[in-house]
Amino acid sequence: MLAVRGEPPGDQESAAMRIAVCVKQVPDTEGRLRLAADGRWIDDEELQMVVNESDEYALEEALQIAERTGGEVVVFGLGPARVAEALRKCLALGAARAVHLLDDAFAGGDAMSTGRALAAAVAREEFDLVLTGSQSDDDGFGATGSVVAACLGWPHAWLVMGVEIEDGGTAKVTREMESGMNEVLRLRLPAVLEIQAGINNPRYASLKGIMQAKRKEIAAVAAADLGLDPGAVGAAGATLEVLSVAFPAAVGGAQMLEGDAATAAKALAEALQKEVGVI
Amino acid sequence: MAKVWIVVQHRDGKLHRMSREAVAAGQALAAALGGRGEAVLLGSGVDAVAAALAGYDLDAVHVADAPALADYTPGGYAGVLAAAVAAHGPSHLVFAHTYQSVEYMARLAHDVGGSLVPEIVSFEGDSEGIVWTRPVLGGKLTARVRATGPSPVLVSVQSGSFAADDAVAGSAEPCPLDASAAAVDREILGVEAAAEGEQIDLTAAEIIVAVGRGVGGADKMGAVEELAKALGAEIGASRPVIDGGWLERDRQIGSSGQTVAPKLYVALGISGAIQHLVGMKGSGTIVAINKDAGAPIFGVARYGIAGDLHEVVPELTAAILAAKEAAG
Ligand SMILES: Cc1cc2nc3c(=O)[nH]c(=O)nc-3n(C[C@H](O)[C@H](O)[C@H](O)COP(=O)(O)OP(=O)(O)OC[C@H]3O[C@@H](n4cnc5c(N)ncnc54)[C@H](O)[C@@H]3O)c2cc1C
Ligand SMILES: Nc1ncnc2c1ncn2[C@@H]1O[C@H](COP(=O)(O)O)[C@@H](O)[C@H]1O
Repeated sequence: MLAVRGEPPGDQESAAMRIAVCVKQVPDTEGRLRLAADGRWIDDEELQMVVNESDEYALEEALQIAERTGGEVVVFGLGPARVAEALRKCLALGAARAVHLLDDAFAGGDAMSTGRALAAAVAREEFDLVLTGSQSDDDGFGATGSVVAACLGWPHAWLVMGVEIEDGGTAKVTREMESGMNEVLRLRLPAVLEIQAGINNPRYASLKGIMQAKRKEIAAVAAADLGLDPGAVGAAGATLEVLSVAFPAAVGGAQMLEGDAATAAKALAEALQKEVGVI
Repeated sequence: MAKVWIVVQHRDGKLHRMSREAVAAGQALAAALGGRGEAVLLGSGVDAVAAALAGYDLDAVHVADAPALADYTPGGYAGVLAAAVAAHGPSHLVFAHTYQSVEYMARLAHDVGGSLVPEIVSFEGDSEGIVWTRPVLGGKLTARVRATGPSPVLVSVQSGSFAADDAVAGSAEPCPLDASAAAVDREILGVEAAAEGEQIDLTAAEIIVAVGRGVGGADKMGAVEELAKALGAEIGASRPVIDGGWLERDRQIGSSGQTVAPKLYVALGISGAIQHLVGMKGSGTIVAINKDAGAPIFGVARYGIAGDLHEVVPELTAAILAAKEAAG
C-alpha cells in the first residue's frame, strides 16, 4: 500500500509513515498592535508573518517520524497568497511537497469551516497520520485539528507531547494533562495528532534545504477542486463571527513605576522593602 | 426554547473546580435566555458526583453511567453526547475550558452539526441573541463574537471567568441518560509526570522570580540568577522558556505546570497569557517588568515597570542589595 522512500532503519518503527502536517501562517504579535480600521481584527499590514508556533513542533515531529520510518511529509496550509512563504519554509525544513488551499472562498473561516476544508484536501491522498498544532497563536480555537479528525472519522488526541509508532497500525501517544502530568494512550492509525509546543527541538533550515525547497512543489487547490460548496467553507461555512476586537481593560492594574531603569528599579526595591517587607 | 446543558468533568468522585465555574456560567446563561439549566454527567459509578450536582438549582441532572465511560475517551464522550443532543435538543452546551473538554467538543460540534465558540470569558445578551467574549492573539486582545451556525452552540468557559461561588444552590433530579452510543477510540496505558527525574517544588517557595520568552535565551539568564539570589528566590518560568530548553520542565508555572502562590512573584518578560496566569495569580504581591506597557501581566500586577528587563534587572538587583545592606 505504501511506497517506501529510503531504507527504513529497521527498528521498532518499521512501516513507512505518510504524514500530512497542517500549518497556519500567523502574525508575529511581538510589539505594539494596532486595530484594523473596521475594528474587527488587527492591522497586520506591517506585521511579520510567521509559522504558528505549535505547528513548527508538529512539522518537526512529522519529519522525525518520517526519518525513522522512511516515510514522507506533506504540508497543508490554508490562506491567502502570502501563505506560500510559510509553506516554502516548511519545504526548506524537509517537507517533500506542499498543498496550498488558496481561494477567496476560504477567507474568514473558523475552526469548523477551515477544518472541513483541510480534511477534504488531506482526503485526496492516503495518509497514516495528520499532525496539526494544538492551538493557533491568533484565533486560538484549539479545535481545527479535532474538526479535521471528525471530518475524516479518525481518532485524535489534543496536546500531544510524544509519539511512538508501533507495529500493527497503532501509535503510543503521550498527552498533556493539567498540572504537570501526562497521560499515555494507544490510538489506532490513521489518526490526527494535535501537537503541543515543547514536544521536540525544531531544527533550523539549512542552506541546502533552502535551495532544494525552491524546486519543490506547492500545489494550489481551490474549493471546487476539493468538491466543496463555497457555502461550506470560509466565512460562509463558519459557525462563529468576530464582531469586534479590543484591548482588554486592565482589571485592577499595576502601579507603574516611572523613570529610567535605575530610578524605576530603586522605587521598586523601596516598595518591596517598605510595603511588601520581603527584603 | 433555550435549553442550556452544562457538561461537567469530575475525578475521584468530585466535580472539577472549573466545572463548578461552568455551572455558574451555565446557570447565568440559562437565566439570560429564560430558563434554568441542566447538568450532564458522564462516567461510571458516579453517584457521588450526581448527588453534588443535585444540590444546584437546575432543571435536571442527566447521568450517563456505564463501564464504557469509566475512563474519559473522546469517542466515548462525544458518542454519548451526540446521541443525547439528538434525543433532547439542547440549544447550548456549556463546558469548562479544560484539557479534557477542549479535546472532544469540536468533534461533538461537528457530529451534531452545531456551532463552536471555544474559550469564552463572558457573554451578554442583545436583541439578536448572545455575544460572547474570548481572548485572541494570546490574550493581547479580546474579541466579541457571535455564533452564526446552527444550534446547538457549544461553548467552553475559561478558568476564573465565572465564580464557582456564584453557582445557585437548589435541588435537581438526577435522571438516566442513554450511554449505548459510547465509541471508545483509545486505550489508556497510564499516567506519568511530565518532567523527568527529581522535581522542584515551587509551591513551597516564598519568593519566585519567573522568566518568560522576553528574557531572550538561555545565555541571558545570568542577571536573572543574580536577582533571584539577591531576593533568596526560586526561579520559575513560562512555557516557551521550558519549550525552548532554557530551563527544565519542572520549573514551568501555569495550567500545564505548577500552581504557585508565593509571597512575592516577579514576572520578567512574561506577557500574561491566561495559561500562565492561572498558575500564579494567587500570589501575594505580583511585580512585572515588561517592555510592552500594554501586556496583560500588568493587569494582575501590583507594581509594574514598562522597560527592557535587561536594563532594569541589574539595577533592581543592585538596589535590593543596597537596601539590604542599609537595613543591616
Ligand atoms: C494547552 C496550553 C497549555 C499551556 N500551558 C502553559 C503553562 O503551563 N504555562 C505557561 O506559562 N504557558 C502555557 N501555555 C502558553 C501560553 O498560552 C503562552 O503562550 C505563554 O504563557 C507565553 O509565554 P511568555 O509570556 O513567556 O511569552 P510571550 O507571550 O511571547 O511574551 C513575551 C513577553 O516578553 C516581553 N519582552 C520581550 N522582550 C523583553 C525585554 N527585553 N524586556 C522586557 N520584556 C520583554 C514582551 O513584551 C512580551 O510581553 C499553554 C498554552 C496552551 C495552548
Ligand atoms: N488556515 C490554516 N491552515 C493550515 N492549518 C491550520 C489553519 N488553521 C488552523 N490550522 C491548524 O490547526 C491548528 C489549531 O488551530 P486553531 O484551531 O485555530 O487553534 C493549528 O495549529 C494548525 O495546525
